[in-house]
Amino acid sequence: MKSFAFDYEKPATIVEALALLGEAGDDAKVLAGGQSLGPMLNMRLVRPRRLIDITGIPDLHQITDDGDAIVFGACVTHAAIEDGRIPDPTGGMMPNVAAGIAYRAVRNRGTIGGSLVHADPAADWITTLAAIGAEVTVTGIDGQRRIAVDKLMVSTFETSLVAGELLVSIRVPKLSSDAKWGFYKFCRKTGEFAEAMSAVIVDPARGDIRVVIGATDTRPVVIADAATLISKPESIATVIEENGLANDAYDAQVRRVSLWRAIEQVMP
Amino acid sequence: METHSKTGKGIGARLTRKEDDRYMRGRGEFVADIRLAGMKDVAFLRSPLAHARLHGINVPERLRDRVFTHDDMTGVRAIRAVTGLPGFKVSEQPPLATGKVRHVGELVAMCLGETRAEAEDVAAEIDVQFEELPVIVNMLQGQRSDSPLVHEDWGDNIYLESSFDGDLTEAKAAAAVTVTKEFRTNRQCMAPLEGKGAVAYWDSRLEQLVVYTATQMPHIVRTGLAECLGLDQAKVRVIAPDVGGGFGYKGILTPEEICLGWLAMHCGHPVRWIEDCREHLTANANCREHHYHVTAYADARGKILGLEVEASVDAGAYSAYPFSACLEGAQVVSILPGPYVIPAYHCKTYSVATNKAPILPYRGVARTGVCFVMELIIDAIARAVEREPYEVRLENLVPASAMPYTNITGKDFDSGDYPKSLRRAVEEIHLTDIRARQADGEPDGRLIGIGFATFCEQAAHGTSVYSGWGIPMVPGHEQAVARMTPGGSLELRIGAHSHGQSMETTLAQVAHEVLGIDPAKVKLVHGDTEYTPYSTGTWGSRCAVMSGGAVATACEKIAERAASIAAYLMQVSTEEVRFENGEIVGPTSSMSLEEVAQIWYLKPQLLPPDIDSGGLEVTVGYKPKTDSGTFSYASHAVVVAVDPELGDVEILDYVIIEDGGTLINPMVVEGQVYGGAGQGIGTALYEEMPFDAAGQPLASTLADYLLPGPTEMPHFRVFHMETPSPNTKFGIKGIGEGGAIAPPAAIGNAINDALASLGVELCESPMSPRRILAAIAEAPPREGA
Repeated sequence: MKSFAFDYEKPATIVEALALLGEAGDDAKVLAGGQSLGPMLNMRLVRPRRLIDITGIPDLHQITDDGDAIVFGACVTHAAIEDGRIPDPTGGMMPNVAAGIAYRAVRNRGTIGGSLVHADPAADWITTLAAIGAEVTVTGIDGQRRIAVDKLMVSTFETSLVAGELLVSIRVPKLSSDAKWGFYKFCRKTGEFAEAMSAVIVDPARGDIRVVIGATDTRPVVIADAATLISKPESIATVIEENGLANDAYDAQVRRVSLWRAIEQVMP
Repeated sequence: METHSKTGKGIGARLTRKEDDRYMRGRGEFVADIRLAGMKDVAFLRSPLAHARLHGINVPERLRDRVFTHDDMTGVRAIRAVTGLPGFKVSEQPPLATGKVRHVGELVAMCLGETRAEAEDVAAEIDVQFEELPVIVNMLQGQRSDSPLVHEDWGDNIYLESSFDGDLTEAKAAAAVTVTKEFRTNRQCMAPLEGKGAVAYWDSRLEQLVVYTATQMPHIVRTGLAECLGLDQAKVRVIAPDVGGGFGYKGILTPEEICLGWLAMHCGHPVRWIEDCREHLTANANCREHHYHVTAYADARGKILGLEVEASVDAGAYSAYPFSACLEGAQVVSILPGPYVIPAYHCKTYSVATNKAPILPYRGVARTGVCFVMELIIDAIARAVEREPYEVRLENLVPASAMPYTNITGKDFDSGDYPKSLRRAVEEIHLTDIRARQADGEPDGRLIGIGFATFCEQAAHGTSVYSGWGIPMVPGHEQAVARMTPGGSLELRIGAHSHGQSMETTLAQVAHEVLGIDPAKVKLVHGDTEYTPYSTGTWGSRCAVMSGGAVATACEKIAERAASIAAYLMQVSTEEVRFENGEIVGPTSSMSLEEVAQIWYLKPQLLPPDIDSGGLEVTVGYKPKTDSGTFSYASHAVVVAVDPELGDVEILDYVIIEDGGTLINPMVVEGQVYGGAGQGIGTALYEEMPFDAAGQPLASTLADYLLPGPTEMPHFRVFHMETPSPNTKFGIKGIGEGGAIAPPAAIGNAINDALASLGVELCESPMSPRRILAAIAEAPPREGA
C-alpha cells in the first residue's frame, strides 16, 4: 500500500518546527526516524496533510552531561546507543536494551524520542526509561515542561503531550556504580515485538527499587517501590493478575516468566 | 560416490553461478524494474468480506473512466481448471467478482492512476454494496450436510473425494500396537521475496498483447490468457523476466494477469500491477492447511501392518489454473505411505471448498503434510513399542535391495538406499551423545530433544501420471533448442524458467559435459514465449531432469554434427575425435568449436557432402525412459532445546543427508536444500495465517505473520549421497523441494522427544510457544509428579 499524499517540511530549528506545528494543528505529524510512522503512513492508518521532519535540527542530536544525568536529544538513534558511541549513564542497560530493538536497519534510523512519543505498548524505551526514572523535556510555544517517563504514556499510541508540543530531550539519571539492573523480553523471533517485557532497577544509593512490566495492552505497569516484590518472587503471579495483565493462561505464563527472569538478573 | 567433474566445469562441479554477477550487483531486472512510456499503475479494490453477495459497485462519476468492474470486461471468460477425475466439481473464478465474493481479498474492481498511490486513492472512493453471507472457514464443518455453500449449485463443499480402498482386516487382527492420532497443519502464505506482478501492453506493430509477469510457467500463462481473453495464442506473448522466487505461488494463471491483459487492450497504454505484502498476506494465504485422522497398526517391533487415514485439505474458494483444487487432496492418498513398506492401506481424502484464497501447490506440496503425519506416527509407534524411533524407521523403510520398488499405491521408486541415509543421519547428529546429554539435564532448565524424518520426493513425473488426472496441463516431451553461433558460443532455449533453480549455470554445465564448451560461452534464453519452445514450466522439481535432459540431448546432436564436420576436415573418422576444452581433438590435430561453427555458417563449401542439413541448430524433445518420475530422498535429524516455561524452541543442530541422484552442481543443490529447510522451519515454528469466524485473515502484516530470518536458521550440515536414477540423463533426479518437506516432521519429533517426560505429544503445526505451553498444561499428570 502507498501513503496518501502529504506535504513535507524540514525545519532547521526548534522554533521553526513549533511554528509549523502550530500552523498545521492536528493535520501534521512529526517525522524523526520514520520507522513507526512510515509503515503507518503506507498502511493508510494515518493521514497527515503535512510531515515535519525534525532530524535536521542540530539541538535534537545533542548529548549533554549535567552531572547527575545525561541528557539525550530526541533524535539520538537506537544504533548510537547500541554501539556505545555516546555516554551511557546506566551501567550497560541502555546499550543492552538498544541492541534488542527490532533490526539493525531500523535502529540506524529509529530515535529514542520517536519511540517514546509513538507510545507503542511494546516499545522498549517506554518500559526501560520508566524503570530508570527518566524524564522528558517537552517544548511548546508557551514554553517548556518536564514529564516523568512513567507518566508520559497515557494509553496505546497516546501520550500526555498536547497539540503543538514537541519532545526535545530525555534526561536519564546516572545509576550508582553498585546499582543492578535487569531486563527481559520474550519475542517469538529476534527483532519482533515483545509479547512480554520487564525491567528492574535496584539502586539503593539513590533510593530507587523499581519494577516495570511492559508490553501490556496499554501503558506499562510501574511498581515504584518494588523491594517487597523482589524479595518475594513467589508473589509475581499475584502481581500479574492483580494488574489485569493475564488475558489468558498463555499470557499470564509468559508475563510471569519474563518478570521472574528480569528479577533474577538483580539477585545476588 | 559423488560425481566429480574432471574439468571443474561439468556435471558435479561446484561452479559459481553465472546469474550471481548481475544479482549481486543489483542489476537484475524484475517486473517492478520495467518502465514503459505512458505506463499507469493499477490498484485493485479487493473484497473486505469472506462471503457476500455483490449487489452494486458505486463509482463517483468523475472517476468512471479510471475504474473497471466485471461488467466492463465483456467477452472475458472465467478461470476454469477442470480435471478428468470422476466426481470433480468445477468452479468458475471470474477475474473480477460478479454475483458473489468468496474470500477476503477477491478482486472486485480495477483502478487506474498515474502512480500506485493515486490508484489507491481512486479505490478508496468506491462504495460497494455487500450482503453478508454465512462464512465457511472450517473445512471440517464445511463438510457437514448443514453447512452453507461456497458454490451454491454444488450441493456440498467437496471438490473431490479421493481414496485408496485397501483391506485392513488382517492388519487389525494381527496388530500388537494400535496408535490413533489427529493431526493438523495450519494455513500459511508462501511469501516469496518478490511478490507477483505484471506489466501489460498492446504491441501494435506485432499485433500482440505483451505481458511481463513474475511467473514460473510463461507458456501456460500464455495459453490461459489466450483462452480467457478470446485471443489466438499467437497474439499473446508472455515474458518472465528475472523472478524473485516462486515456490508454486507463481505457477498459476492469476486473475490479475487476465485483468491487466484486458485493460492494456482496452486503454491502449501500458498498465502495471505490483503486489504488495498486505495483498500477499491477506488475499493469498493459500497453502498447507490439512487435517488428518490416522490409525496405525503395528507389530511388537514397530513394523507397520496397516494404515487407516481420513484426511481433509482446505482448498479455498476456487480451483486455480492449471493444477486445480484437488491436487493436494489426491496427492495425500498416493504419497502418504512415504518411503515405507506399507502392507495394507486405506485412505480417504476430501478436498474441501471454503471461503479462503484458492489453494496453490507450495514447495513440497502435500508431501510436507503427509511427512509430518507419517513421521510423527512412526515416533508414536516407537514410544508404544519402546524402541528408538530410528530403529522403527529401519524396520519399515524400503530397503536398497528392493529397488526399483513399486509401493502399495503404485509409486515406482527408481533407486536409492533410504536406510543408509537414516543411519548416516543418526551418526552425524551424534544420537548417543544427545541421549547422554538428555539424561544429564541442562543447567538452564531447557529440555533437549532429538527428532528424525525420512521421506522421498517424486519429481519430473510426466504424461503417464498426469494424464490420469486430466488437468488443463499435462507435461509431455520437454523441448530444448541448442544453437551454435558463428563465434563458437552456444545458445540454449528452454520453455521452463529459472527463478532460483540456477539453470543459467547448471544447463551450461550440462552443455560443457557433452561439448566441452566453456560454460562462460553458453547463454540460456528462457522466460519469453516468443523465443522459447513450449513447456509446462518450472514446477514439481522437474527442470534438472527434463530441461537438463533435453539440453543434453540437443547438445549430443550438435556434437554429432560438429564431429562430422571436424573429422571430415581432419581426415579421420568421427570415432577418433573427442570434445575437450572447447576443442574437437583428433589423433594428430584439433579444431576449435568456433572454427567448426565458422565453417557451417560462413564457409559451407568446406562441409562434408553428407552433413545433416539441420546443421548446428537443433530442437529436440526429451522424456526419461520411464516417466513415472524420479525419487530423491533424505533423512533429516534435528536437535532442539525447548524452554518449558516459555514454549520457546531453539534448534541446536540440524543434519540433512540427501540423495538427489547425480548432482549437476552440489553447491546449487545445497542452496536449494538450505532455502527449502528454511521454509520448513517457518512451517514448523513460525508461519500461520489464522482466520476468525468471519473469515478474516488475522496476520495482515509481517509483524504478525512471522517469517524465519537469519537468526532463526541453524547452521545446516548437509551431506550428499548420489544414487543415480536409472532412467534419466546422467542419472539426475529432481531435488528442488526436499528441503521444505521434512522440517516440520523432524522438528515436531524433536519437540515431542524433549517433552516426552512431561507426557506431551504435539500434533499440530506450527509448534508455537502458545501451543507448546498449552500442551504442557493439558498433559496428563505423570506418576510421581
